[in-house]
Amino acid sequence: MSAPDPESQPIADFKSRLDLFRLLCQAAAALAVLTLGWILYEIIYGAWPSINKFGWNFLTTAAWVPNREKFGVLPFIIGTVASSGIAILLAFPLGISIAIFLNENFLARPVRQTVRFVVEMLASIPSVVYGLWGIFVVIPLVKGFGDWATVHLSGVPIFSGPAYGNSLLTASIVLAIMILPTITAISRNSLAAVPHTLREGAYALGATRWEAILGVIVPSAAPGLVAATILALGRAMGETMAVAMLIGNSSRLSWSVLSPSGTLAGLLANQFGEATGMQVNSLMYAALILVLITLLVNLAGEAILRYTQRKTAGIH
Amino acid sequence: MPTLAEHASQSTPAAVHESGRADFISVRDFNFFYGKKQALFDINMDIPEKQVTAFIGPSGCGKSTLLRNFNRMNELIEGVHHSGEIQLVGKSIFDRNVEVIALRRTIGMVFQKSNPFPKSIYENVVYALRISGQTKKSLLDDCVERSLRGAALWDEVKDRLHESALGLSGGQMQRLCIARAIANRPKVLLMDEPCSALDPIATVKVEELIRELKQEFTIIIVTHNMQQATRCSDRTAFFYLGKLVEYDNTHKIFSNPSEKKTEDYITGRFG
Repeated sequence: MSAPDPESQPIADFKSRLDLFRLLCQAAAALAVLTLGWILYEIIYGAWPSINKFGWNFLTTAAWVPNREKFGVLPFIIGTVASSGIAILLAFPLGISIAIFLNENFLARPVRQTVRFVVEMLASIPSVVYGLWGIFVVIPLVKGFGDWATVHLSGVPIFSGPAYGNSLLTASIVLAIMILPTITAISRNSLAAVPHTLREGAYALGATRWEAILGVIVPSAAPGLVAATILALGRAMGETMAVAMLIGNSSRLSWSVLSPSGTLAGLLANQFGEATGMQVNSLMYAALILVLITLLVNLAGEAILRYTQRKTAGIH
Repeated sequence: MPTLAEHASQSTPAAVHESGRADFISVRDFNFFYGKKQALFDINMDIPEKQVTAFIGPSGCGKSTLLRNFNRMNELIEGVHHSGEIQLVGKSIFDRNVEVIALRRTIGMVFQKSNPFPKSIYENVVYALRISGQTKKSLLDDCVERSLRGAALWDEVKDRLHESALGLSGGQMQRLCIARAIANRPKVLLMDEPCSALDPIATVKVEELIRELKQEFTIIIVTHNMQQATRCSDRTAFFYLGKLVEYDNTHKIFSNPSEKKTEDYITGRFG
C-alpha cells in the first residue's frame, strides 16, 4: 500500500465533508417542502366531499347552519379581510411613527431603548391574554363609543345599527396592537439600514430633520416598510384565539364595524371540537380557503416588494 | 439684516487678493472635541475666495473634522463641542442668529462616497430648491440644466433626466452629487475626498471640473492623493495629529516646504 498523497488527502477529506453538509441541507429543504405538501394534501383530502357538494357556492353564500347542512363562508372571508385590513390601517401609521421615533435621536438613548423594549415585549404576550384584556378593557370602550356613534353618526354605514361590544372593531383594535411589534421592528430595521451617507447628503443641502426623514430616509426604506406591512397582514389574518374571543363569531353580514362578525380562523377554532360529518369537511374547506388567502397576500406582497425595490434601486 | 448668503456675496474691496477676498473663511484659535478626545488644536487659517484649498495629511489628522465644521455637519454627532471661531466673510458661523439650515445652503458639500438619493436624476439636482419651496417648473428646469452642465454631466444624461440616479456609473453619480451641491448656488464647496472611490478616468474628469468650478466657488478639498493636491489646488494645508503644521501656496508646499514634517509626508516617508 502506498503512502497517502500528502497533497490530495486533506482535500479529499474536505470534499467528503462538504458532500455530507450538502446532503444535510438538501434533506432539510426537502423536509420543509414535504411538510407543506402533506398539510395541503390532508386539507384538500378532508375538504373534498364539501368541495364536491358546494363548489364555488361555498365562497359566495352567507349561511352556516350545520344541522341543516347549509355551509357558506362568505361572511367569514369578509370578516377575515376586514378585521386584518382595519388592523393594518390602525397599526401601520402608528408602527411607522414609532419606528421613526426609535431610529432618530429625538430623545436620549435610554428612553428610546426602553420604548423599543416595551414595544417588542408586546410580541411576547400570548394571544389568549390579549383576548382577555380585550374582553375586560376594549369591549367596554367600543361599546361606549358604539352607543354614542349609533346616535350621532347613524348616517355613516359603518356605524349603523345597534352597537355590540363583541364586534369587528373590537377585534381589529386588539389585532392592531398585536401586529404593532412586527411592523415597528421590521420598519425600524429598514430605516436603520438606510446608509448614513444619504442622511448626511440631505442635511448638507440644508434639509431640516423632517425634510430628511420624510423626503429621503423613509422613501429609501420603502421596500422594508412594505415587507413589514405584508408580514403583519399575514399574521393578522391567521390570528385565531384573541379574535375568536372578541369578534362575536357571527355569520350575519353587516356593514357596521360595531356588529359582531367572524373570521375563518375563529370559525375553525370554535367549531372543530364538536363537528361531525359534512361540517368537518366544510371546516376543512374553510381552512383551505384561509391558506389560499394568506398565500395570495404573500404573493401579492412579494410582487409589491419587488416593484418598490426595483423602483428604489432604479433598474427599469 | 442681510442673510448669510447675501453677506457672503458682498466681499469688501479692501481685502481683495488676486481673485477675491483672502480671508473668505477665517479660522481662529479653533479647538474641537469628540467627547473628551480633542481632535483639533488651535487651528488658525484664512481660506481665500474663489481658489482651491487642499487639506492633506495622514488619516486621523483632523482634516475632515475641520472641513465638516465649516457647514456644521459635526453637530449631527452626539457629544461634540468646540472652542474658538470660524467666520465666513467676517461673520461667525456659530453665531446664535445663524441658522444652520441657511448656512448649509451657502456652503455645499460633496462626500467621499457618492450619495445620490433614490430618486430621478432631475429630482436629485433640484432637491435643495424643492426643500426651499421652489415649485416653478421653468426655474427648476433651468437649474437642472445649469447645474448638470456645471458638473460636466449634462451631455451624458440629458435624455434620461427622469430615470433613477442609481442607474448611473460611479463617476457619473459623483458628478451628479456635485451638480446637486451647486444647484442652489452656494458660495463655498466642501469636498471630502471626492475622488477616492473613483477610477482614474472619472478622477481626471472631476479634477478638471474642480479647476473650472473655482471660477465661481470657493473650494476646499480634502485629499489623500498628493498628486491631486498639486494638480488642482492653489493653496495646501498640511495637518498632523490635529494640528495645522504648514499652510502655504501649493507650489511652495510641494517644492520647498518649511517644515520637516511636511517634507517627510509629501515624500512618502510616513503617512
